[in-house]
Amino acid sequence: MSVELGHYMAVSGVIFGIGIVVALGKRNAVAVLMGVELMLNAVNLLLLAFARFGAAFADDAAALSGHVFVVFVLTVAAAEAAVVLAMAVLVYRRRETVELDRINLMRW
Amino acid sequence: MESTGIIVAFWVLAAVTVAGALGVIVSRDLLHAIFFLILSFLGMAGLFITLSADFIAVAQVLIYAGAISVLLVFAVMLTPLVSRDNGNSLYVAPGALAGLGLAALVVFVAVDTEWAQLSGDALAARSFPDTVATIGDLLLGRYVLAFEVASILLLFALLGAIVLVHERRADAAAGAADTPANREEAA
Repeated sequence: MSVELGHYMAVSGVIFGIGIVVALGKRNAVAVLMGVELMLNAVNLLLLAFARFGAAFADDAAALSGHVFVVFVLTVAAAEAAVVLAMAVLVYRRRETVELDRINLMRW
Repeated sequence: MESTGIIVAFWVLAAVTVAGALGVIVSRDLLHAIFFLILSFLGMAGLFITLSADFIAVAQVLIYAGAISVLLVFAVMLTPLVSRDNGNSLYVAPGALAGLGLAALVVFVAVDTEWAQLSGDALAARSFPDTVATIGDLLLGRYVLAFEVASILLLFALLGAIVLVHERRADAAAGAADTPANREEAA
């Protein structure tokens, strides 16, 4: 019994699924952002697992490209969190709620 | 990765990560959900260490478990009149269906497929002895364009966040007179 690529992929898939449930199923905008962060985390785990186990890389530098991708994902996640939370504060200031079921101004 | 320590560490950390993520779903209080999310992030950082990704694991702890969770707590604290409960929306049933379906599909494919992966000596040979130096070389070499674009993205995210929450003086004065509470008082 050893730990292989498939184990990490399974964990990543489970975390991604939980992230989808949180992102679609929660009412508060902050909770939805938490679901998105969980999904990004799952993708990071997958990228790192392939960098460690993938057989097609020519050398260590090629395999570490996966780590560079993760660095970019971290960057985008941080930027996204900052902007989304600014939007949440703005919406709260205008409408005194961040519950997505009640932000239905554009519904016809 | 056949050594017993790695196997035990993987299963324990995977359990912590998944349990933290499940805690985000089931906890009733939004702040508790954030603490479960931090637990999940820390477990994920441990999984990164088992994949020899030491630099990314440290960055994960700093950025996710540190910065992003503090931002989330700030967002909850800055919206004091919103109820703190972590309730479900109208879409929880289709969301749960989609999430569980996708998770089941990915787990089935991951376990069922014969992946072209390293094992044994070849796997031990790829132990990433100097991740930080190589990542730095790649960032400022092969991926320098993406690196610069990422810095522009961060700059604009910073500016966007400031512009979004910035109140001009006139708006602030008008807004203070026009909050729902004041309107109720006037009525």
